[in-house]
Amino acid sequence: MPEQPDDQLDRRISKMTGEAALPRSNGELVFDSPWESRAFGIAVALHGDRRFDWEEFRGDLIEEITRAESEVGPYAGTGAESSGASYYERWLASLERVLVTRGLLNRPELEARAAEYASGARSDDDH
Amino acid sequence: MGDDHEHAQDWAAVRTKALESLLVEKGILSSDAIDEVVRTYEQDIGPMNGARVVARAWTDPAFKARLLADGTSAVEEMGYGGLEGGQLAVSENTDAVHNVVVCTLCSCYPWPVLGLPPTWYKSSAYRSRVVIEPRAVLSEFGLTVEEDTELRVWDSNSQVRYMVLPQRPEGTEGWTEDQLAELVTRDSMIGVAKVPDPSGVA
Repeated sequence: MPEQPDDQLDRRISKMTGEAALPRSNGELVFDSPWESRAFGIAVALHGDRRFDWEEFRGDLIEEITRAESEVGPYAGTGAESSGASYYERWLASLERVLVTRGLLNRPELEARAAEYASGARSDDDH
Repeated sequence: MGDDHEHAQDWAAVRTKALESLLVEKGILSSDAIDEVVRTYEQDIGPMNGARVVARAWTDPAFKARLLADGTSAVEEMGYGGLEGGQLAVSENTDAVHNVVVCTLCSCYPWPVLGLPPTWYKSSAYRSRVVIEPRAVLSEFGLTVEEDTELRVWDSNSQVRYMVLPQRPEGTEGWTEDQLAELVTRDSMIGVAKVPDPSGVA
């Protein structure tokens, strides 16, 4: 799709330099949106409780990233594909899979709960 | 494309809520425990831990020797542990060698010393290109590595996470560890920048 992927990439990386201008205070937002920090926190907290092995999660995450990048190609993603946001989408997909594999939850209940939040049937506005 | 991505973001947000609510309901995890992790990583752990490690290595040759020999134990001396089971390896920049760190497969990163990785570290652009054309990528970060300086790219993995020990800048003779730590940037410990010369720092 992109006519000159390399040029776009160069621009992207050049832009990164600017964003990283205040590195000591972590210059950029670590999480792009609140759900990313929750997804991160869930994985780290569960691992802290020894609910799963980090290697297992990491192995799945690598597969997930490889699959996503082979679909779009490593250079194609000048937008969403390369962003940190989509990184946490992959993180979430791997986390779900590991938790299902470990029997901590099952697919149907997860899909049902997600549908409830999506439709507005359930919300936790107090959070 | 932007709309698609927004949609994917909303969907991910909904799924994350569903995940958290189910885990809490089952008594597997508490929301407080998740809050605690997020707060710790956002506020308490950051590149400053790494900066203190670098400053100590610059001022204490015995510590530096231990750090280069066994990074994991050396940073544990300073109270920084929890590398998700991995080891920390520290590579020293010199006039002859410049080191840069990447994780080509995912985003392995020494969290206890550097905090969470910046967005660009996780991008496929950085991960794929820095191995193939490190000099070009570094120049895009504004860092020129001399032709006669050897460039080493360290690919992190599950066993080993890398951190760069940058060169101490000129004009910092007699500085205290605390003063030096203030100078050390995250990017210099990933290897995409040098520690700025203090004369250029406001």
